[in-house]
Amino acid sequence: MKGKSLASIVSAGLSKFGKLEGLYAREIFAEAVKEAYDRCPNLDPKKDIKAMFIGHMGESYEHQGHTGATMADWAGLLHIAATRTEAACASSGAALRAGVYAVLSGLADVVMVGGVEKMTHRSTAEVTEYLAMASDYPFEQWNGITFPGLFALMATAHMHDYGTTEKQLAMVAVKNHHNGSLNPKAHMQTEITLEKALTSRVIAWPLKLYDCSLITDGASCLILTKPEVAKKYTDTPVHIIGSGQASDTIGMYERKSLTSLTAAKLSAKTAYEMAGVKPDDINVAEVHDCFTIAEIIGYEDLGFCEPGEGSKLVENGETRLEGRIPVNTSGGLKAKGHPVGATGTAQAYEMYLQLTGQADRRQVKDARIGVTHNVGGSGATATVHIYRRD
Amino acid sequence: MSEQAPFTVEQFYKYMLQRKLMAAKCRKCGKVHLPPRPLCDNCFSKEFEWIAVPGKGRLVTYTVIHVAPTQFQSIAPYAVGIVQLGNSLKIPGMISGVAPECIKIGMQLAIDFGTCGTAQTWPQWPRYCFRPA
Repeated sequence: MKGKSLASIVSAGLSKFGKLEGLYAREIFAEAVKEAYDRCPNLDPKKDIKAMFIGHMGESYEHQGHTGATMADWAGLLHIAATRTEAACASSGAALRAGVYAVLSGLADVVMVGGVEKMTHRSTAEVTEYLAMASDYPFEQWNGITFPGLFALMATAHMHDYGTTEKQLAMVAVKNHHNGSLNPKAHMQTEITLEKALTSRVIAWPLKLYDCSLITDGASCLILTKPEVAKKYTDTPVHIIGSGQASDTIGMYERKSLTSLTAAKLSAKTAYEMAGVKPDDINVAEVHDCFTIAEIIGYEDLGFCEPGEGSKLVENGETRLEGRIPVNTSGGLKAKGHPVGATGTAQAYEMYLQLTGQADRRQVKDARIGVTHNVGGSGATATVHIYRRD
Repeated sequence: MSEQAPFTVEQFYKYMLQRKLMAAKCRKCGKVHLPPRPLCDNCFSKEFEWIAVPGKGRLVTYTVIHVAPTQFQSIAPYAVGIVQLGNSLKIPGMISGVAPECIKIGMQLAIDFGTCGTAQTWPQWPRYCFRPA
């Protein structure tokens, strides 16, 4: 079982990420779908694709729920089994996981998994309110704790316990903005300086504007197949060899640790064991950097370093594009953008590009094994997937 | 009778109106739940008793919210933290009566029921906060 392909990605698509004015989520999703179809001429979508799982967090944005059926229709897949998965910011990590279940069960040889969110037409206050819905209502939301606020609580604890500094947090932002500048689909494609990040306005101390991911519109999708049929569609499939998902208390205050995410650690453990790989074997990673502190904690939860050492990893440049283990080559949620429901499969899209040698100016040389780490809310959901090329 | 009161969030906040900080203790395994819940996640018992929780504790982490959701915009910036009460119980709350730059992890805080309102409609809860002890 170890290292065996659970499911194979034979194609992938990503819409432009950014402020996509005048477009509904379904119209943005169609752009991602078109790329996935175009990349895979051997695929007959209407005939081959048997089910669809779509990550989508909030019906408040467009006053539109029931996203599974909607996106299936707009993908030209009317009448297939289509289900929305919701796990806050891990909604499409959960969709990917559901796709793995579907393929492994034998019920479907080919499925589409993806995600979408349309956010930028709402005010920052409205988005702040909608995102907070992914946290505990009667104690967290009721006490005015925002989403940046939850990660700020973790940042303060991490700074106190391990001496992590605001400057080290800002280094994550500078790195990811650099990577974003190499990604033509990223929301922000401009470099930033450490000074600019450190002097940006405070959102939830110690987190400032440049510690926060972007409010973005975007969509992503993957065509997932049973490994045995992958070669029918492409010569260069990317195999999912490890899949982990775990949950935790909805209220962060009930957790034992405020400096690591148990759900992410458990997901990583499951995925690594399934894949038969160790953290040292990973060549490239997409880590859920909804806030800079989340990337640093992500390094630790994925075992790239010891607990408390994450800030040194970024400071020493080990996670830069040319470093020992490049993290968020896409620009991450920080610069590529974070259309919440689309993020999990957008991370997988980047992994597909990296492992098939199509990442252009941000290509990691000889990347063979990669990992994606997708966190929902303040960590009540996490999914970790491990990928390998042939 | 406190022992007959349901083990719900609503009841927790009703106690707040009486200036009581209460938690649900499982009669079977002894686990204390804050907030209360109707099913013990440890032993699956539905038998609880209400116990008083110390209203003083230690600040374990905090933040100062500058960008607030719509309903809190008028009071931003405001400090919010997680307070550990006595043993292992933790609860979040706003921190008042101290300048944000003077807040320190480890400081002793006490719950203040003074900000609790009266007429409440589910799920609009009474408000509490923490102040330096």
